[in-house]
Amino acid sequence: MSNTADTRTHRRPISEASEWSFDLVEQYNEAIDECAAEFGLDTYPNQIEVISAEQMMDAYSSVGMPVGYHHWSFGKQFLETWRGYKRGQMGLAYELVINSNPCIAYLMEENTLPMQALVIAHACYGHNSFFKGNYLFRTWTDASAIIDYLVFARSYVSECEERYGVEEVEKLLDSCHALMNFGVDRYKRPSPVSAIEERRRQEEREEYRQRQVNDLWRTIPDMNPDEDGEDSEHQRFPADPQENLLYFIEKNAPLLDTWQREIIRIVRKMAQYFYPQRQTQVMNEGWASFWHYTLLHRLYDKGLVTDGFMLECLDSHSGVIYQPPFDSPYYSGLNPYTLGFSIYCDLRRICEAPTEEDHHWFPDIAGGDWLKTVHFAMRNFKDESFIQQFLSPKVMRDLKLFAISDDDQEDVYRITAIHDEAGYRNLREKLARQYNLSYREPNIQVWNVNLRGDRSLTLRHTPQDRIPLGESTQEVLRHVHRLWGFDVHLESVEDGTVVGEYHCPPQPMEDE
Amino acid sequence: MGMRTHIVDRRLNGKNKSAVNRERFLRRYRKHIKRAVSDAVQRRSITDIERGEDVSIPSRDIDEPVFHHGRGGHREMVHPGNKEFVTGDELDKPQGGEGEGQGSGQASPDGEGMDDFAFQITQEEFLDFLFDDLELPNLARKKLKDTETFHYERSGFTTQGIPAKLDVLRSLRGAHARRLSLSGKRRRRLRDMEAQLAELKAHPESDDPAFSPSEQIAELEEKIAELKQNLKRVPFLDEIDLRYRQHVKRPRPATSAVMFCLMDVSGSMTQGHKDIAKRFFILLYLFLKKNYKKIDVVFIRHHTSAKEVDEEEFFYSRETGGTIVSSALKLMKQIIDERYPPSEWNIYAAQASDGDNWNDDSPICGKILGEYLLPMIQYYAYVEITPQDHQMLWYEYEKLMEQDPDSFAMEQITDAADIYPVFRQLFERKAA
Repeated sequence: MSNTADTRTHRRPISEASEWSFDLVEQYNEAIDECAAEFGLDTYPNQIEVISAEQMMDAYSSVGMPVGYHHWSFGKQFLETWRGYKRGQMGLAYELVINSNPCIAYLMEENTLPMQALVIAHACYGHNSFFKGNYLFRTWTDASAIIDYLVFARSYVSECEERYGVEEVEKLLDSCHALMNFGVDRYKRPSPVSAIEERRRQEEREEYRQRQVNDLWRTIPDMNPDEDGEDSEHQRFPADPQENLLYFIEKNAPLLDTWQREIIRIVRKMAQYFYPQRQTQVMNEGWASFWHYTLLHRLYDKGLVTDGFMLECLDSHSGVIYQPPFDSPYYSGLNPYTLGFSIYCDLRRICEAPTEEDHHWFPDIAGGDWLKTVHFAMRNFKDESFIQQFLSPKVMRDLKLFAISDDDQEDVYRITAIHDEAGYRNLREKLARQYNLSYREPNIQVWNVNLRGDRSLTLRHTPQDRIPLGESTQEVLRHVHRLWGFDVHLESVEDGTVVGEYHCPPQPMEDE
Repeated sequence: MGMRTHIVDRRLNGKNKSAVNRERFLRRYRKHIKRAVSDAVQRRSITDIERGEDVSIPSRDIDEPVFHHGRGGHREMVHPGNKEFVTGDELDKPQGGEGEGQGSGQASPDGEGMDDFAFQITQEEFLDFLFDDLELPNLARKKLKDTETFHYERSGFTTQGIPAKLDVLRSLRGAHARRLSLSGKRRRRLRDMEAQLAELKAHPESDDPAFSPSEQIAELEEKIAELKQNLKRVPFLDEIDLRYRQHVKRPRPATSAVMFCLMDVSGSMTQGHKDIAKRFFILLYLFLKKNYKKIDVVFIRHHTSAKEVDEEEFFYSRETGGTIVSSALKLMKQIIDERYPPSEWNIYAAQASDGDNWNDDSPICGKILGEYLLPMIQYYAYVEITPQDHQMLWYEYEKLMEQDPDSFAMEQITDAADIYPVFRQLFERKAA
């Protein structure tokens, strides 16, 4: 502590008090902006909006969209958020940021000045640069068009409500929401379109979409109307299984009106917009935390903030990245902030102070340029591949990770790997897989449509590791049935054998 | 760099962005909420009926279904915080077959919490649900009563008004502008002449013998004096500067109502009876309050004679003796005549009794009601709180109901659980 006095003489903090003002927020933002530039953070322009706690809850409950169509589920979300807030359970409630250009970030008026600075660093420079840089966001979302599109979607939905009734639209949205996670092309690159373009196309679609559907149902070869079953295996429709259920229904459901197809499309576009976020939680939150931590330290080093400011920020920071152990009553899985933050921090360490182990595990990175390395890691991966690539033995040791196997054919749980030499690779692979969306969600695809017979739709579930479908499956199938308009079947097929079946409307059991 | 950031204060923007979504949510779950509301009416004490209510909905009714993994099969999960495990350790599964399905006590990410979804509705929403589908019978718009039916709204400024409404700031601002525009030129001239005068006085010698400085000075001084006099005539505050705040009188679209509570307090009415009656009156009061801005409540209690009393005495003081219902009806008629002309008031009445009356009196009651009261009032509801057989009064009233089903209704209540259903029945929205 001998040189504390020294640094203090150089300290010329922007402010001493913890009350914020617009002027101070601007000054801090400018200072942070300068630091961010030093580190080469490339961001969209920022739009910082100061809002009240209640407005923040509004924002939260519309899943973070500044404009949204109306639906009861958002009302439910609000009540849930409100309850959480009142009980003081809400986590990082003081921060919300939207992947748009300009990047919109909300500051809650209740926050103290250090908290505002932390949120600015975290959201306006951390998340913002992630949105702009990460390849998933670049390919799947169009930041400059999203707000316009949301406005379009909202007015389209409310027009439909006027024309066809709130209830009709609500039912349709319920069904679409049930399939939202299956409304994304996971592998094909989608084309982001703007709102104007969307409106124009929508008019074109009105006419031609119906024609397309009609064509499908007209061009049915009707050589043998009685025949069904085995033979149809040869000429399934679609020829290849389709993973995007909503897309398939939008294009091919026989009975839907054009406005219903348009609403399905809107939900599909939302799903697509959120798709990158679902796959980059660890990376995104880790990146934002790494940068608020790094940027605020830089401010401190420059003498622009006080010790008290720094203490408050660090206190909040350690709350955010706290990881309760598995046996704690507060445990609810791995904290993505902790995991991501630890990996980025360790990447910097591996570059700046590599050990023998690092040279062995990361020969390309160890001793390299840390800024280039973390940026590379941020840009070109998603959670699954990021963990596979960059989770180091040190982070596994620090977090004391272990893998446990639960097999319903065994009487005991087994510890299959821990944070030791023998376990690192295994552990890393298992953790990466855990973040793979197609592992977290069941694999269900459109398998066949009975074009010549009852027009029924068959979906096929391919179980992984014998994991069956959950209890709400029948309920979801009712939604599929509502959209499709004819019988819907879902079969779980493992190695060519049907291991489970669902039908809507339900079929009488054969042995009854 | 900082230029690329835009900071906006949104705090004054619409707060309730979620209002529509909330309303949609409440509409979707109205069955659950209504059940909670009607339970609350039974359970709550009367004094706190005017607040919101906790509602809870079973999560199976509220979960939004999605395709997800079920229990079973084989899973491997990575967790933090290992203390003593080493690879190859075996741990017993919890007994009882089902188990967690996930290992190490973690709540399964796809499992459903069995907790109910709990939330609160506001008092206003509570009342909406409470009186949903109910309609005030004969909701007639009465002649507007002046004192209550007009109100004043601000509507800009005017040049005429009373001193109390003078807007000082605006008036002075006007005066200032007027003074500037009226005197600006002259002031400038005055300033010029004063400068000239000062110049002359400073250098009294002149090159031009035709004009002696002293003459010029005198002339200038005279002009200056005249100008000053002139300027003084521009008043500091003129009548035309005055601005008054303007208020216009707008008729209020609300009507007023009076509610008569009539109750038998003779010896046969127990406190239990009275509590039931009280709940019924409270429901009526809340219901009227939803529809009228101003409501007077008149309490009339009776045994053999009737008396207008305050609320406390109405519900809680005890009496003994016989019953003459007509005494209360007569008093009600008298009060209407004196204070509540039917042309200006919507009149509602609710009568609670155990059905006991002097037999000779019941036909009189029918007559007073049928001939005098019912033509004047909106609605008369009679509740008979008794598990026993009806007596004369009931049969007399039945005739009234046949005569005038639009403004007279009657029901029997046997215990507290009946109150709400009976109330609903009495005020049910009648199919057009």
